[in-house]
Amino acid sequence: MTELHLKDIRKSFGAVEVIKGVTLDIRSGEFMVFVGPSGCGKSTLLRLIAGLEDITSGTLEFDHDVVNGLSPSRRGIAMVFQSYALYPHMTVYDNMAFGMQLAKSSKEQVRQRVEKAAEMLQITPYLDRLPKQLSGGQRQRVAIGRAIVRDPKVFLFDEPLSNLDAALRVATRLEIAKLHHSMNNVTMIYVTHDQVEAMTLADRICVLRDGKIEQVGTPLELYENPQSLFVAGFIGSPKMNFLNGKFAERYRASTIGIRSEHIEVKERDGVWSGPVVHSEMLGSDSYIYVDVGSEEPLIVRQNGTTSKQLGEVLQLAPVGDNVHRFDQDGRPLASHSA
Amino acid sequence: MTGTVNLWALAKRTAFYLLVLAIIVESVFPFYYAILTSFKAGTALFEVNYWPTMIAWDNYIAVFRNGSFPQNLMNSVIVAACTVALSLLFAVTAAYALSRVRFRGRSILLLTILSVSMFPQIAVLAGLFEVIRAFGLFNTLWGLIFSYTIFTLPFTVWVLTTFMRDLPIEIEEAAIVDGAKPWTIITRVFMPLMWPALVTTGLLAFIAAWNEFLFALTFTSSNSTRTVPVAIALLSGASQFEIPWGTIMAASVIVTVPLVVLVLIFQRKIISGLTAGGVKG
Repeated sequence: MTELHLKDIRKSFGAVEVIKGVTLDIRSGEFMVFVGPSGCGKSTLLRLIAGLEDITSGTLEFDHDVVNGLSPSRRGIAMVFQSYALYPHMTVYDNMAFGMQLAKSSKEQVRQRVEKAAEMLQITPYLDRLPKQLSGGQRQRVAIGRAIVRDPKVFLFDEPLSNLDAALRVATRLEIAKLHHSMNNVTMIYVTHDQVEAMTLADRICVLRDGKIEQVGTPLELYENPQSLFVAGFIGSPKMNFLNGKFAERYRASTIGIRSEHIEVKERDGVWSGPVVHSEMLGSDSYIYVDVGSEEPLIVRQNGTTSKQLGEVLQLAPVGDNVHRFDQDGRPLASHSA
Repeated sequence: MTGTVNLWALAKRTAFYLLVLAIIVESVFPFYYAILTSFKAGTALFEVNYWPTMIAWDNYIAVFRNGSFPQNLMNSVIVAACTVALSLLFAVTAAYALSRVRFRGRSILLLTILSVSMFPQIAVLAGLFEVIRAFGLFNTLWGLIFSYTIFTLPFTVWVLTTFMRDLPIEIEEAAIVDGAKPWTIITRVFMPLMWPALVTTGLLAFIAAWNEFLFALTFTSSNSTRTVPVAIALLSGASQFEIPWGTIMAASVIVTVPLVVLVLIFQRKIISGLTAGGVKG
C-alpha cells in the first residue's frame, strides 16, 4: 500500500560516486525488479531504500513522506538477504519473532503472526529447530518468513536466490511470485543480476548500469522495445544478435539487433548466409549458430529439434518488422522499414 | 628385512613416547612436588622422596588457622571476578566500535591499545601508584581491580575485535532491520555467538588477575586487603629463620585448585562452542 518516490538519489563512497542520480517512482503494490550487471549499483540502491546506507543527496519518499533520516525499522521495511542472515543461535520461531519482540508486541500476537507466516511458507514443522539444522531452501524460507512477520510496507529482496541450486531456485521463485499475489498491495523491490528472474517475477523492471537507470518498463516493453543497445543485449536469453558494419549499413544504422526467434531459414535468397558452426538442442527448442561473417555467429532459434548439420550453408532472413536499429551511441532509431 | 623395519618403527615410537613423557614430567613435576610436600609434616619436609610417604593434613589446617588466609582467598576471588566482568564489559563494547563502526583513526587506536600491553609492569608501577593514590584507591581492592583491568584490556579487546570482525555483517544488518539498537545487537545477537571467545579471554583474564603478584604487593599494605599470592609469599614461620615450606605448599595447592576446576569446566564450553560452528547463517 506504499508508493515510493526516488528523486535524484546519489550515493558516494569517499570520492567514488556509485549511484549517480536515480529518479524513479515505484507504484503501490508493485513488484519492481532492479537488474543489472555486477557493480552497477543495484544492491547499493536497495540498501539506500532500506536505510542501511545513508543517502548522499536526493530525497527518498514513502507515500510522500521523506524518510531519508529514518532508521530501517521506522521506515517499515523488511529485507531478505542473499546469505539468509538468520540468527544462528535462535530457533526458527525466535528468528521470526525477534523483530516483534523488540517492538514489544504481546506474546500472543507474536505467536499468532509467526504461526501464520510459518503456515504460509510451510515451515511449521521446523519452528523449534536451529538454522544450522535446515537446508538452504528452508533457511531462505525462514528468512522470508521473518520478513513477513514484520508486516512491512515494503519488502526488499537482495538476490535471495543466488545461494540456491538451480531446481530450488525455480521453486523458490514461484513461491515469491505466489507470495506477492497473496499479500495484496505489498510493494516489493527485488534485486537480481539474473534477467530470467527479473522477467518472470517483475511487474516492472528497472535496468541499471553504472549507477544510472538505463530503462524502466514492463518485462515485455523491455524485451520488445529496448531503449538502448545495453538493455537489448541484457534482456533476453539467448542474447540478442548484434550486427554492425556493412550488415547494419543496409538498414541505415550503426548497429542492428535481432532476436534469435525472429530469424528464419529460407530455401534461397536469404539476407544473410553462412555455414552452421554449432547447434544446441534443448528438446523444445534448438539454437543454431551460423557464421555469416559478422563478429559473432548469428543465433537462430527453431522450434523442436533441428536436422541442420555442422557445415551446412543456410540462407537466413529476418521475420517481418523485427529488426532493432541503433545509432552510434547505442540509442534506438525509429522503427525500421527496410 | 621386515624385522629391521619393525625394529626401526618400534624405536621411533619409543623415542616419541619418551619425548612425550619428558615433556609431561617437565611441566607437571613442580606442581606434583608441591602437592607432595604439602602433605608432609614435621621433619619429613626435609627428606627428599618422590612418592607419597605420608598423608598429613596439618599444613592445610595450619593455613586456614592463619588468621587472614580465608580473607585473602576471598579478596582474590572478588578481585579476579570483578576484573573479568569489567574487562569483558569494556572489551565487548570496544570491540563492537572497533570492528563495526567506521571512524577516523580506528587502526591507530587499535595499535595504541596493543602497545599499552608492551610495557613491562615495573615500568608503569611508579606512575600507576601515583594514579591509585590520587584516586584514593591505595590499599583497597578497587585499586587492584583498576590496575588489573588496565593490563588485561588490550588483550581482551584485540581478541574480541578480531572475533567480532569475522561475524557476518548481514546478521547485524538483519538485526538493524528488525529494529535492534547497538546495545541489543551486542547483547542479544553478538554475545551468544561469541561465547567461545568470551570464555577464553575471560578465563585468561581471570588467571592473570588471580596470579598477579607485583601490583598486589605494591598497592596493598594490610593483611585484610592482600590477595593470595602476596599472602603466601609473606607467610612466616615461628621464627624469622624458619621458612614454613609446608604451609606455603599447602596454600599454593589450595590456590591452584580453583583455576584447574575453572579451566576444566569451561574447556568443555570452549570446545563445544567451536565445534558448533554456529556463525554461518
